[in-house]
Amino acid sequence: MRERLRNPENLERLRQKLQKERDPNKRRITVCAGTGCGAYGCGEIISALKKELKKRKLQQDVEIKVTGCHGFCERGPLLVINPQKLFYQKVQVEDVPEILSETIEKGNVIDRLLYVNPVTGEKIVHEDEVPFYKLQERIIFGSNGSIDPTSIEDYIAIGGYRALAKAFFDMSPEEIIESVKRSGLRGRGGGGFPTGLKWESCRKAPGEPRYVICNADEGDPGAYMDRSLLEGNPHSVLEGMVIGAYAIGSNQGHVFVRKEYPLAVQNLRIALQQAEEYGLLGEGILGTGFDFSVRINRGGGAFVCGESSALMASLEGQPGEPRAKHIHTVISGLYDKPTNLNNVETWANVPLIIDKGDQWYAQLGTEGSKGTKIFSLVGKVNNTGLVEVPMGITLREIVYDIGGGIPGGKKFKAVQTGGPSGGCIPESLLDLPVDFDRLTEVGSMMGSGGMIVMDEGNCMVDVAKYFINFLRDESCGKCTSCREGTQRMYEILDDITEGRGKRGDVELLEELGWVVAEASLCALGGTAPNPVLSTIQYFRDEYEAHIKEKRCPAGVCKALIQYTIDSELCTACGRCRKACPSDAISGAKKVPHKIDQEKCIKCGMCVESCKFDAVKVQ
Amino acid sequence: MEIDVSKVDEVIDSFSGDLSQLIGILQDIQANLNYLPREALVRVSERLEIPISQVFGVATFFKAFSLTPRGRHQINVCLGTACHVRGGARILGKLERDLKIEAGGTTEDLRFTLESVRCLGCCSLGPVVVIDNDTYGRLNQEKVAKLLDQYE
Repeated sequence: MRERLRNPENLERLRQKLQKERDPNKRRITVCAGTGCGAYGCGEIISALKKELKKRKLQQDVEIKVTGCHGFCERGPLLVINPQKLFYQKVQVEDVPEILSETIEKGNVIDRLLYVNPVTGEKIVHEDEVPFYKLQERIIFGSNGSIDPTSIEDYIAIGGYRALAKAFFDMSPEEIIESVKRSGLRGRGGGGFPTGLKWESCRKAPGEPRYVICNADEGDPGAYMDRSLLEGNPHSVLEGMVIGAYAIGSNQGHVFVRKEYPLAVQNLRIALQQAEEYGLLGEGILGTGFDFSVRINRGGGAFVCGESSALMASLEGQPGEPRAKHIHTVISGLYDKPTNLNNVETWANVPLIIDKGDQWYAQLGTEGSKGTKIFSLVGKVNNTGLVEVPMGITLREIVYDIGGGIPGGKKFKAVQTGGPSGGCIPESLLDLPVDFDRLTEVGSMMGSGGMIVMDEGNCMVDVAKYFINFLRDESCGKCTSCREGTQRMYEILDDITEGRGKRGDVELLEELGWVVAEASLCALGGTAPNPVLSTIQYFRDEYEAHIKEKRCPAGVCKALIQYTIDSELCTACGRCRKACPSDAISGAKKVPHKIDQEKCIKCGMCVESCKFDAVKVQ
Repeated sequence: MEIDVSKVDEVIDSFSGDLSQLIGILQDIQANLNYLPREALVRVSERLEIPISQVFGVATFFKAFSLTPRGRHQINVCLGTACHVRGGARILGKLERDLKIEAGGTTEDLRFTLESVRCLGCCSLGPVVVIDNDTYGRLNQEKVAKLLDQYE
């Protein structure tokens, strides 16, 4: 039973009580149950841990804490054992009895579950010594590893809702807005608009009621930090929203979240209910006369709804089409009322700025981009996962120092940032400091923070085609330039990858790209040509090879490649022959195998099945 | 087709008939009835007092909705960027060949509906396939073929 908190003193007293109950020296096993570790089977590990603890009558002495995503998804399932902070990775159900008998009961470290630094070969015992974590600055994302997202008490115990009390009782709405302005916080959803300015415009806009929206329609393929924040620490987002609503003067909020994120919806729902029970949300928050309630709206799977006016259209029960923003949504947004929309990560920054002060916050980052940014580091990189770093860190530090470089001894080719609207950045620009302005300068953008690493095995023409195909599919169709332009760009790129490219194609793509960007209403069309233009800018030679020599240097474009078997390396094991769906491989025991090019459908099964690297792509 | 109108009403009531939840309402109706039959859309338009064209507009705009019956099991193959660079398209190709349907299609026995989706947000596990509510990561063509047996 949660008792309503009627003033800041109530909240502080509750916090002290909760902190007293939480013994930092208690033996605790923290299990990451983010979506990544979930897919590796952490659910079974949790049940096995509970069963084993019961069997050993340890359930009173050892606590199991199920948390949201820790970020190091590459190595999941992850376990952290406190108070020693032992870090176990790639844990399997079979390891559970030994973890209890050796580590919990005897205090011994199990060697094989430790993380090995791939660079030095050294085994790492404690979580905070893992290079992947050590080089990050996890001010937003760090709490994910220590709290149970379904327990508001966990959040309050680590200082949660303190910023809300400070904002409500020690600051005026104007002071809050000034503080956010001074912090230099810019929108984390991609646009990078100064958050404080947005709030101010919305507060000053005429008309009632005002709305506050959290954009959790994280549609950029390759980005999942918003998902992990909502799943792992929903109260931090909620607290930011309540503070924002108070500053702006809004009583109604919406969280628009992708339906593909069921766990985020579930944890958010629990969070709303718990916050209401404590009176931190709903009517008369913390005993003041301020009311604010939040509704959850699930998205319908349209990328364009990440755009603010399209999102608002779908909240009104209309198809999610953007509209011209001659009048900005802060003045005329949802139901034509002043509406302030920020992204999940932006909201999660707010309590920190209020609690620790804007001066503290503004120390982090670069001149024009303050604070930290969470990136999802994925693709061809050793340590995939979510990384939170101060703005201004170089791409090289992210990819090599935190990401551990490229797997399989392959060569780095490019890193794609900013989702489908972003661009591909080549090796020559790896020392670029990452912030909003620098990424835009080189033809890419921050976007929501996807960072997809590509190696020599990725074809840049294919990547450009991939993104244009995505955008052509997701274009809502309202503007001719975007609807038709992306379609034509796709057809040209398809021709090039199919071996039908001709001279002048690249120039035509550049021209079309300009038209699409200039003549479309919303940011989807406005940035759609970026992946094509940036790959032309930095990888023109690959386009030339496809067009002039009918050759795909990376060995990706099916029409331009051939699979062959190296008879020297082939051991005639027969695996590829069995795997081939089109009976294109012939051979027998001790007879090196061969591929019939007529029959081959280039599905790549033979490459995947070969254990001896004998299948070659030409 | 005859549908159970009370099921549609139940869903609308659970959202207190709130128009801002139209997408959620349609999602829950689809979860109940497996797809969005015409009769259900008509009922939604009556209850929310909006034109049927608006309901139809929303139901056809968003990918999440199907106006035709779907398979008992839903296979979503992720073709987000991270999965794409790790060979997601080959996984989809394998499933298309094995199930003898194209992405977006449903097998004749209504056992599977195969869809490609744009990023499921577990990028570090790519290539990823989600069948119903189960997420499978780090797949290759051989592994994905074995997954289907457990879904009848």
